[in-house]
Amino acid sequence: MSTMISENNANLRFDLQVIASWIEPGSRVIGLGCGEGELLHYLKKHKNIRETGVEIMEERVATCIAKGLTVIQGDISEEIADYADNTFDYVILSQTLQQVYQPLELIHEMMRIGRQVIVSFPNFGHWHIRGQVLFRGIAPVTPQLPYQWYDTPNIRILSIRDFREFSRRVNFRIIREVAIDSDNRNRFGKITRFLPNLRATYGIFLISRK
Amino acid sequence: MSEYITHDMTGNTVGKVEKKFFTFAEPPNEMILDSKAKLGPITIAYETYGTLDKNRDNVVLVLHALTGDSHAAGYYSENDDKPGWWDNMIGPGKGIDTDKYFVVCANVLGGCMGSTGPMSVNPKTGRPYGMSFPFVTIADMVRTQKALLDHLGIDKLLSLIGGSMGGMQVLQWAIQYPEMVRSAIPLATTMRHSALGIAFNEVARQAIVADPNWNNGDYYEGKKPDMGLSVARMIGHITYLSDEAMRRKFGRRLQDKEDFSFNFEADFQVESYLRYQGAKFVERFDANSFLYITKAADYFDLARQDTSGSGIQVFSRSKARYLVVSFTSDWLYPTYQSRDMVKAIKKSGLDVSFCEIEAEWGHDAFLLSSERLTNLVKGFLESVYNDIRK
Repeated sequence: MSTMISENNANLRFDLQVIASWIEPGSRVIGLGCGEGELLHYLKKHKNIRETGVEIMEERVATCIAKGLTVIQGDISEEIADYADNTFDYVILSQTLQQVYQPLELIHEMMRIGRQVIVSFPNFGHWHIRGQVLFRGIAPVTPQLPYQWYDTPNIRILSIRDFREFSRRVNFRIIREVAIDSDNRNRFGKITRFLPNLRATYGIFLISRK
Repeated sequence: MSEYITHDMTGNTVGKVEKKFFTFAEPPNEMILDSKAKLGPITIAYETYGTLDKNRDNVVLVLHALTGDSHAAGYYSENDDKPGWWDNMIGPGKGIDTDKYFVVCANVLGGCMGSTGPMSVNPKTGRPYGMSFPFVTIADMVRTQKALLDHLGIDKLLSLIGGSMGGMQVLQWAIQYPEMVRSAIPLATTMRHSALGIAFNEVARQAIVADPNWNNGDYYEGKKPDMGLSVARMIGHITYLSDEAMRRKFGRRLQDKEDFSFNFEADFQVESYLRYQGAKFVERFDANSFLYITKAADYFDLARQDTSGSGIQVFSRSKARYLVVSFTSDWLYPTYQSRDMVKAIKKSGLDVSFCEIEAEWGHDAFLLSSERLTNLVKGFLESVYNDIRK
């Protein structure tokens, strides 16, 4: 399970570098909640993928299209339903799972339209978060999760361990799993191998149907 | 529709342009229309901007809306007070960059700006066609544009772009000549004209035919149905704006007066605006053309041309990439109609981008200078252009 971080992706955010390293060149890729298309643009340029993005905010969509990316403005749960089974080689949900109303349905749909699914999310099992809840008795605010309880878009609280447990329940296969310690915007970071659920800020999983 | 354009000879412009004409379908080789009627000879007025590459693969075909014409950009002479209707989009360095692309725009069949239409003289009778002009459809318009491109030696289109009824032609092109179309940009448009759209068009047509001067379409030697046509245009302008646009633009403000006049003169600014637009329109547009072209828009239904009848497979023969754009305050072609289009294109496995632009100006937003729209079009065209050079 090696994750290659090469020279030419060094401008990409660290978690996206990890995801990019997993994508086979020439693949068909859909990015759900693709933001301003940093990852898709990188993959199109360096890995010659055929890309589709889904993003709800007009300004971000416009930025993506102006970059030459194929992106649809819309709600990911609705847009995903229009695609036939196995349309994509990879379906990517990067740092969005914690904001989804119906994660179970979405994971099923993602595995229907794609052969492999990549999911990344902030790890709520990080010691920093545990510490704030345990010692200060407050809803956690961290560099990765900078929101207050009243303005956070993150409605699903999950840890790396939760996601593994989820895979057994929902019955999907974890092909790759990487825990990283990285800042939200940072292009530097490191892979956390020792006690990841306690020490990693993000979990990234490559999963597929069993 | 060109009331938004102001004089800008000093800025970026394609400069002086010339309207050209192409005549074909001379009898006995008339064109057979969707209505089964034969029409010929047919003249199409058109303009081109930019330079055709030696590979002939940098062509962007611009399709105009209901009352537009071939004059999409530039000036006919130094004394022109206005450039073409989409000068903010077409020109050097603009959204449709004439330093890179060869742009073609033709007046639609049935029009009155140089292409054959009801006011053209029927060579068989020596008099204007009037109501003897055959019914034309969006597909017929597209056939004439194909004939023009054949004449110009163009067999591949880098892209097609148009808003409103121009967007209908974009979609029709993509399914009628799929092998020619690399990409398509339908703006503020629909796969099928809605009941609301038909309703407004019908009221506008009734205004024209109710004008005694209309005389069953035979008015070219006498008084024209100006009142009817101007009312038709007033209805159009209501549909091109929005509740919010009218509130912001006019509110309840009075026109050149302090209080109500207690007569039926134009008290409110909105009344005065509509009257002005109506009066200005009759100077440049033919009432019979308005009847025929609105009917063509009403007949437009891509789903009818789908063998499955559902419309969902209508794009299955297309190989194009699409950029679909709608505008939040457009109530004539609301966003859900663009979403239906996007869904159908997606289901055909084609690449489609979609953006709903926040705009307060209603349907007319696609004609207004907008950095957002310009950047979308520019980025999309560049990406298609780069793809064919890979």
